[in-house]
Amino acid sequence: MLRVTRRFVHALVLLLGVSAISFALLSAAPGNVFDELRLNPQISPEAVAALKAQFGVDLPWPTRYAHWLASVLRGEFGYSVSYRCRVGTLLWPRARNTLLLTALATILAWMIAVPWGIVEALHRGRWLDRLGGGITAILLAIPELVLVLLLLWLAARTRWFPTGGMFSLGSAELTISRKAWDLAQHLILPVLALALGTAPFLIRYVRSAISAVLDAPFLQSARGFGIGTARIVYRHALPAAANSLISLLGFSIGALLSTSLLIEVVLSWPGLGPLMLEAMLARDTCVVMAVVMLSAVFLVLGNLIADLLLYWSDPRIRAV
Amino acid sequence: MPNRLRTVILISFLALLHLALLFAGFFAPYDFAQQHRDLPFAPPTRLHLVDAAGTWHAWPFVHSLRANVDGSDGYTEDVAQAYPLRLFVRGNAFQIVGPWTAHVHLFGVASPGQIFLFGTDDFGRDELSRMLFGGRISLFAGILGATAALSVGAFLGVLSGFYSGWTDAVIMRTSELFLALPWLYLLFAVRAILPLRVKTTDAFLLFIVVVGLVAWARPARLVRGIVLSARERHFALAARAMGASNFHVLRYHILPEIYVLLLTTAALLIPQFVLAEVTLSFLGLGVGEPIPTWGNLLIPMQKYSVLRSYWWLCLPAFALVLLFLAYHWASTTLQAALGEVRS
Repeated sequence: MLRVTRRFVHALVLLLGVSAISFALLSAAPGNVFDELRLNPQISPEAVAALKAQFGVDLPWPTRYAHWLASVLRGEFGYSVSYRCRVGTLLWPRARNTLLLTALATILAWMIAVPWGIVEALHRGRWLDRLGGGITAILLAIPELVLVLLLLWLAARTRWFPTGGMFSLGSAELTISRKAWDLAQHLILPVLALALGTAPFLIRYVRSAISAVLDAPFLQSARGFGIGTARIVYRHALPAAANSLISLLGFSIGALLSTSLLIEVVLSWPGLGPLMLEAMLARDTCVVMAVVMLSAVFLVLGNLIADLLLYWSDPRIRAV
Repeated sequence: MPNRLRTVILISFLALLHLALLFAGFFAPYDFAQQHRDLPFAPPTRLHLVDAAGTWHAWPFVHSLRANVDGSDGYTEDVAQAYPLRLFVRGNAFQIVGPWTAHVHLFGVASPGQIFLFGTDDFGRDELSRMLFGGRISLFAGILGATAALSVGAFLGVLSGFYSGWTDAVIMRTSELFLALPWLYLLFAVRAILPLRVKTTDAFLLFIVVVGLVAWARPARLVRGIVLSARERHFALAARAMGASNFHVLRYHILPEIYVLLLTTAALLIPQFVLAEVTLSFLGLGVGEPIPTWGNLLIPMQKYSVLRSYWWLCLPAFALVLLFLAYHWASTTLQAALGEVRS
């Protein structure tokens, strides 16, 4: 229990450090929303000064950081100057959309990667493994940006699925089931791009984890006893490889909020990616800060979950 | 030995790619900004060996393009005029390095004729030339970015591994902070600090600084691990026992161990940083028009009309994939060779 608590405290301290660094960096940035206002001849300098005082832009950064932390504890994440609302209300629907996309893609990627990795490991050095290795090598070399643009090209050529957005125009009047179908169609392209982007990396990892276990003496002897391949894989190899797979799962969870940024921007999926980009262009510091922090929280959380799962599943780790 | 042959092919391919991009001005028939306003969205020029009369020629030639007579989109070839392909032609001046300029291009055609092997974009600029010049910026942003990240990383890693204690603690805790942020977001956050609209040369330099700032953590941790183990090796201890100075032990017993690591890490980092530059420029945060990079060359691919009708504007994406394949191949080859040496 002490270990778990210590791990929690460590994660919290890490997040505090990250937030302080990002906050200091972003406060050092030249220019803010009010500089754009000052260029507008219809707004008097006094009005801009009043706004600046209202938002506390000129306070020293430790004070502002303290204000910001307090607002995070209230779940508000500060105030977005360009959207004129609390960042929290802006953030949650966007985070939900991103999570919907990335969770589906991660599940799909794991469903492809685990069987494929196992098959490759079982056929090590033979043509099936080489073919699979070649395909993953090519997929690894195609960056996500190019992958999504190629899928976009395919979609535009064939018109099989919609090329962007989350719902069709006028979908608000549709019934629930129709709406779900519409959403599913819009999900195909981004989910496919994201899953194809992450799967090759997972496949390589699964393959090396399983093949390391398959070489172990206890599995050699199990094979010597005439135990069938299926039982060897499911009863013996997978549990033995569980530790590295759990770490990988932690990584997958950690990446949930941050992997889809580019895909969201290109396919205009209303997630965190486009929000962050717009906020950056508008110099809306609090929004940028909130998105960066939320993704950092997920990254740390993913590691934490993996650690706890390892602690739960492996008695050897508990004994230390 | 097939293994050796493969390595030779890989190295010559990489060398060719880098030379073609480094001397983009020589390999490109036009300047990247030269516009042919009467020929927007011209398809790739065809090289012919058979003329209109049906006779064969030993040397390829091209026809010039005319806009369709019936007013529809697209072009038809004007078969009356043939312009043979010529090698080492004089064309516009281009910069080689610094103040040295040259006029000779690898290929081209005589003056009224035009040759666009990869077609043209919406301003009638030659896509092949833009790809070569753009690749030069993207690739060298990647290489210089990797150099920056590796130098900062190696310096801090050696510092932290060699002088353990509080130096080590501070550097490693800071690197944890940098690793706790998803790196694309971190890149954006650091980019957000810098002025939004910048000159292209400044954007290029900024990119390298930003990458060095952001990406030092992982190489630093790798280097630290190597230094920690090298420091305790018997030869290092023996040198120390014989009264060698810190500098001597570092220079002759520890640093040689990290060079190979730096090389393999570079093969992994360069494509990653090329991608970072491509991403920033694609989103309009990096190098902007009219200077091409592989990032802003991909922007037209978001347009429906380009995806439907002008397929040749998708070619930069394939160049990117080719570069990535080569680098990934190089890094696996390097790692395999390293494994053989170690075992």
